[in-house]
Amino acid sequence: MKLAIQLGSATHTLELSRVEHKVQGTIDGVAVEADCVEIAPGIYSVLIEGHSFEASVEPFGEDLRITIGGRELAVQVRDPRKWHRNHSASASSEVRQNVLAPMPGRVVRVLVALGETVKVGQGIAVVEAMKMQNEVRSPKAGKVERLLVKEGRPVNTGETIAVVA
Amino acid sequence: MFKKILIANRGEIAVRILRALREMGISAVAVYSDVDRAALHVRLAAEAYGIGPAPSRESYLSIEKIIKAAKSARCDAIHPGYGFLAENAAFARACKEADIKFIGPSAEAMERLGSKTAARQLAREAGVPTVPGTLEPLRSSEEALIAARNAGFPVVLKAIAGGGGKGMRAVEHEADLHAAFRDASSEALNAFGDGRLFLEKYLARPRHIEIQVLGDEHGNMVYVGERECSVQRRHQKVIEEAPSPVMTPELRSAMGEAAVKLARSGGYTNAGTMEFLVDASRKFFFLEMNTRLQVEHPVTEMVTSLDLVKLQIRIAAGEKLALRQEDVVLNGHAIECRVYAEDSDNNFLPSPGTITQYRAAGGPGIRVDDGVYSGWTVPNEYDPMLGKVIAWGKDRSEAIARLRGAVAETRASGIKTNLGLFAKILTTDDFIRGDVYTRWLDDFLARNDEPVLRSSGSSKLSLEAKVALIAAALRYESQHGPEKEMAGNSRQTASKWKLDGRMDQLKREPRGTR
Repeated sequence: MKLAIQLGSATHTLELSRVEHKVQGTIDGVAVEADCVEIAPGIYSVLIEGHSFEASVEPFGEDLRITIGGRELAVQVRDPRKWHRNHSASASSEVRQNVLAPMPGRVVRVLVALGETVKVGQGIAVVEAMKMQNEVRSPKAGKVERLLVKEGRPVNTGETIAVVA
Repeated sequence: MFKKILIANRGEIAVRILRALREMGISAVAVYSDVDRAALHVRLAAEAYGIGPAPSRESYLSIEKIIKAAKSARCDAIHPGYGFLAENAAFARACKEADIKFIGPSAEAMERLGSKTAARQLAREAGVPTVPGTLEPLRSSEEALIAARNAGFPVVLKAIAGGGGKGMRAVEHEADLHAAFRDASSEALNAFGDGRLFLEKYLARPRHIEIQVLGDEHGNMVYVGERECSVQRRHQKVIEEAPSPVMTPELRSAMGEAAVKLARSGGYTNAGTMEFLVDASRKFFFLEMNTRLQVEHPVTEMVTSLDLVKLQIRIAAGEKLALRQEDVVLNGHAIECRVYAEDSDNNFLPSPGTITQYRAAGGPGIRVDDGVYSGWTVPNEYDPMLGKVIAWGKDRSEAIARLRGAVAETRASGIKTNLGLFAKILTTDDFIRGDVYTRWLDDFLARNDEPVLRSSGSSKLSLEAKVALIAAALRYESQHGPEKEMAGNSRQTASKWKLDGRMDQLKREPRGTR
């Protein structure tokens, strides 16, 4: 399979095949070989170049969050099979962005109104969890096209709070 | 001795107290709020009573409900743990009125030593050093100058209503004081609507070192060593250890004797902790007293072989302290990490939710005090602490090595934790040398906010990055992949994953044919 995966600021091309738990192929044209066992849903034991790692993968909106050795990395997977099919959609997704809840909690304040023009980094809502209040900010400038939460309502990680276009 | 004790708390500390009670043959009574019905402390207790809805105010902070539960269960004492009602004098009084023993100091001693200003006043009277400066607001920059000369430069001006560094100015020279006073005051006025300032001597890189004291109800009191708690994030302790890496026998006895003197002068009994700031020249200044058991009590237990919770219970039952000062001997070194449900890679956002998989660390010298299990949902309503991982070693470097391993072994999937932060701190030179101060971690985090994805000194992808990419691909494939179509295919053994060339062909097959 062929995938383009963004990790940090770089995008990497992966071509991998798997037989049982042996994964073989290339990352950015460089040969790679690993032994991967899914020990629980989303938790992989990976043996690579003689080293043993455990990676936990969880979805976050349309991205994935990966934790290895206690450290978290955010990745975005793009599937070339879907590129042509989704091309128009992805073009519009560049101008339209979902504002996601970064953690589960309760919406204590909504800071914008539907149709309001917002700046990059402007607060959209305040979510409270474990007695701490955190402002969720807009990733882009634009107009609040949809507002999907109400004050007092609980939200889950990765749930869309608003759509800014 | 008591027959039955109610634990007015939840989480890891409720479990810790329960373990002590079990050892002593005392029946343990748990209380729980609606969201804690399945909590570990409830599962392990002999008896458990619901005390209301999730918000603490209506459950764990309700004096009335807890006293009622203790009465109906016929408890003869209550252990408050830490937090919630542990330092609430009204609760200690309510226990007394209900003829239930409160395991802690008297309400009066709590009031005398638990309030910051009252305790500092008492410290000054007892001749225990406090951070030089004013307790009262300054009326003018002229008054500030007099106070600054008394305390000695450098000084720091702080807003009475302060917080978050607003309305705060460090002043090194007399000449800068007037301008600093004006700026700090106007900043405080803008931020808090209150421009009043006070002044303290500025300690450049102070350490937080605290002394554990234990006193019975017959006038005996000892100090049982110190804990160094300088690794803090925004004034919240993160790592604690005993002994302090900078401690000397002379400083320990000077601080210990000061702590005992101050506790005695307030009529204190049971376990308590005196917090001090210690400067680079090893001068110490009293900060405040915590009139309860501390979160970090296990590091003291590991190096003294004492059980502070059992001692608290024995003292409350009226037993004499069978421990003289010369019996307190420190052995080895212990370090504790506080594991929180917070995302240390993402601005320390709290991360409540279901723990899909939990595995605690083990092995020589490792102690885990936790209150969670696989499948437990960490509620949204309380402090995010999941538990503590503590390592003991014959010396500091063995303790660090063991703790490093224990942190790597600990797993809590489904939620985010700060375990990754510990992996970083425990391999940092400053920490290994013991060269830390109360703002060290905040400075460290500000320096290190970029994760290193590539091996150092080379453009090659790190192994960690490769694992992340492969794991992402596997997960993506298992969610979006073509396995369903491929299952049962005769070529399955060749590859579960389609090769690019087969892609178009397969796409023409109707989806979900199998």
